[in-house]
Amino acid sequence: MLLKTEGLGITFGGLKAVDAVDFEVERGTVAAIIGPNGAGKSTFFNLVSGFYRPTSGHVTLEDEEITNLPAHRTVRSGMARTFQTTNLFKESSALDNVIVGHRVRTRSNIFDAIFRTPRSRRENRQCRDRAMEALSFVGVDHLADRTVGSLPQEAQKRISIALALATDPKIVLLDEPAAGVNNEETQGLMDLIRKMVEHDYTVCLVEHKMGMIMGLADKIMVLNYGQKIAEGPPEEIQADESVIEAYLGAEEEGEEDA
Amino acid sequence: MELFLQQLINGIALGSVYGLAALGLTLVFGVLRIPNLAHGALYMVGAYVTYFALVSYGIPYIAAIGLSAVVLAVVGITIERLVFHPLRNAPHTHHLIAAVGVLFFLESGAQVLWGSEFRQMPSPFVGTVEVLGLNIGLQRLVVIFASIAVMAALYLFLKKTVPGQTIEAIEQDRTGASLVGIDANRVSMMTFGISAALAAVAASLVAPINLVFPTMGEALNLKVFAIIILGGLGSIPGAIVGGFLLALAEVFSSTYISNAFGQAIGFVFLLVVLAVRPTGLFSKGV
Amino acid sequence: MQVLSRHWRKLALAVVLLVALLIPLFIDNQYLLGLIMLAYIWAIAAYGLNVLLGYTGQLTLAHAGFFGIGAYTVGILTVNYGFPFWPSLLLAVVFASVLGFLIGIFALRTQNEYFAIFTLGVGFVIFLVIERWESFTGGSLGLIGVPYPEGLGPIQFEGPEQLYYLILAFLVLTIYVAASIAHSLVGRSFIAIRNSPDLAMAAGINVGRTKQLAFTISTAIAGLSGGLYATYIGFLGPAIVNVPTTFEILLYLLVGGMGSLSGPLIGAFLVTTIFEYFQQFEAYRLVIFGPVVILLIIFFPRGLAGLWGELEARVRRSPEKEAEGREEPSREEVR
Repeated sequence: MLLKTEGLGITFGGLKAVDAVDFEVERGTVAAIIGPNGAGKSTFFNLVSGFYRPTSGHVTLEDEEITNLPAHRTVRSGMARTFQTTNLFKESSALDNVIVGHRVRTRSNIFDAIFRTPRSRRENRQCRDRAMEALSFVGVDHLADRTVGSLPQEAQKRISIALALATDPKIVLLDEPAAGVNNEETQGLMDLIRKMVEHDYTVCLVEHKMGMIMGLADKIMVLNYGQKIAEGPPEEIQADESVIEAYLGAEEEGEEDA
Repeated sequence: MELFLQQLINGIALGSVYGLAALGLTLVFGVLRIPNLAHGALYMVGAYVTYFALVSYGIPYIAAIGLSAVVLAVVGITIERLVFHPLRNAPHTHHLIAAVGVLFFLESGAQVLWGSEFRQMPSPFVGTVEVLGLNIGLQRLVVIFASIAVMAALYLFLKKTVPGQTIEAIEQDRTGASLVGIDANRVSMMTFGISAALAAVAASLVAPINLVFPTMGEALNLKVFAIIILGGLGSIPGAIVGGFLLALAEVFSSTYISNAFGQAIGFVFLLVVLAVRPTGLFSKGV
Repeated sequence: MQVLSRHWRKLALAVVLLVALLIPLFIDNQYLLGLIMLAYIWAIAAYGLNVLLGYTGQLTLAHAGFFGIGAYTVGILTVNYGFPFWPSLLLAVVFASVLGFLIGIFALRTQNEYFAIFTLGVGFVIFLVIERWESFTGGSLGLIGVPYPEGLGPIQFEGPEQLYYLILAFLVLTIYVAASIAHSLVGRSFIAIRNSPDLAMAAGINVGRTKQLAFTISTAIAGLSGGLYATYIGFLGPAIVNVPTTFEILLYLLVGGMGSLSGPLIGAFLVTTIFEYFQQFEAYRLVIFGPVVILLIIFFPRGLAGLWGELEARVRRSPEKEAEGREEPSREEVR
């Protein structure tokens, strides 16, 4: 098991935003997390990736305890993530945005920088190469020198994924990778995720677009009010009474569906 | 004992001035998320307006303070429109830098227009009254009661009137407030206006005890920041309580330890508190 | 295109350096030479601020405090204890950066405006300590008679010309270090934090430690500029340590361009010269500069360097633009 959570939970001011969630992701698969708005999906991601500190439970990555590691350390241990809103730096180029992703795999320090040591030069090149590789993997290498802010939403989504890949992750957590892009582009992103899996990445995603989830996921977990209410392969989830109920109950809140 | 009570009164008078000035600063921060480094300069301009109304035009003291509040409200609104409104989506460092620009401008403007000499503001409230065997300066009593009256008026405004409630609504929940259709622009201007007016009142009240000069706002500026950080940025009760606490700490440590220590205590306290609790003493967490 | 512009940049750099080297030969006016030296010193200080504010996006208001610690370290050691200049200067840098490191541990627990206000408090407390600790710092009377540096081998520092070259050498060194950092992975980590702390964290950057590093570097450079200032000016008073000095350094950086490599130099040079030119209007300086700061931050937050970059990009773009139509080319992050 690549990623595993046991009894993972967090309480905000008495409210259990995520409540004792057990979850496992197998290597080389796509796992999806769904649920109505405010069900705790993003919070769950934040817990797993070290952005929030859980108030209960454990997270392990390849049987290694990463529960209380700060976010930057979870990245080093092989977990990368993207954010719901693409918050790339709009004023610089795609390449410049992605290069910094590989910094975590380098060792050169401030003295290397000041004295321009061979290690510094080598690692500078290494980061650039790795960033170009990641950009070409996600299919936007031709946009490497373009300002991110001038690119369409879909390209920005891909660049965000490239940034995550540049950290050399074992597992990538994608928070709504297809939000704000059209159906055709969603198809493209699905192909990209399949390609990631073919290349030995493991993917865990939060998404609202059901078509995408059902077409990609090997396994789905459903959260509602911070609790896991169902888990299983797509067919099973589609037929699950409690899931349908949870979604019907939330319908008035205006679910975005594809 | 007599010294103690005397200093207690002095501390309360000073605290009510700090409280008033800090209230304006904390309102602007709470509503607009702007740490207005130019607040001390507005305070200084307020003192000058009252001074000239009093000395050059012979307007009675209380009316002069009212006039100064109105003038400063206009100045505050102008600054909001010209400086901070265009920066509303800029990074927070830009707000701070713009505020420094305003500070430069107002302080050096005062120096050019009015010279750097120290001026004594005449107040009709001279002499002392004897209360329980203590001789208390009349002006100090005026400071205390006027400040409390203004604070009470502000409280009623924020709680009981519609414009006041919109300010509170935005302060407590920005997105919620914009959802119910509150005009953020109007609230911004109003907040800046009130904030500057409060600074003017505070300065005009304390000016007859201290002096009026272009850099009179500098020390106060740092102190009110210390106060609102201690009280929690954006917290109104925090600003008032913090104002009194800092003033009392200053007065008593000046009296019983040393003058220098009295001047420094606010900042030392500020640094210690922030080192332990990076978001202030009474903040509601992050 | 890119290669060509890089060559041009190198050429421009060489010309500027050559002019800087020749200045003492052409300028007899001691006063003017002193002015240029002062501009260099402020430029060094502004480079220090740039590491933290320009690259890492953290506004410190304690910069004059660390400048003052550097200045007073040199002043006290040479005047009160008869120390030679060189070890004093070294100690000034060490002391400023160690103190910066220690204060940074606490200061950087705070964020955004809290950080600015915390450092404002730090700056003011440093000022108060220097002003009030009379037996040690000379209090408001100050320290008089900070000596010129002792000779280094064949080089003697007897007059302003020699001191000029010394300060120029330190300026070049500072720019070299700043450029090295800006183009390194460390510099990229700084910029990532400025752009988005969350994204930096998600890229595996230890945000706390990286900010700490930037803060320490910035205080070390402030200490260096302070130490040079002490020997240049010869006497020290507490006013130079006070918060308005921080604002002035901020002004240099803002005019020149935050986050750019040439900005601090351009800004310090331009502003000191203009200040000097308007000296008879001394009082009006800040009346004018206040609005200038505001206009810059609203309309040109990247200062003159940013403006130049934009012009350059526009020129470079125009032929391609016709072909491409819509997109803007990337502005390099580091110039």
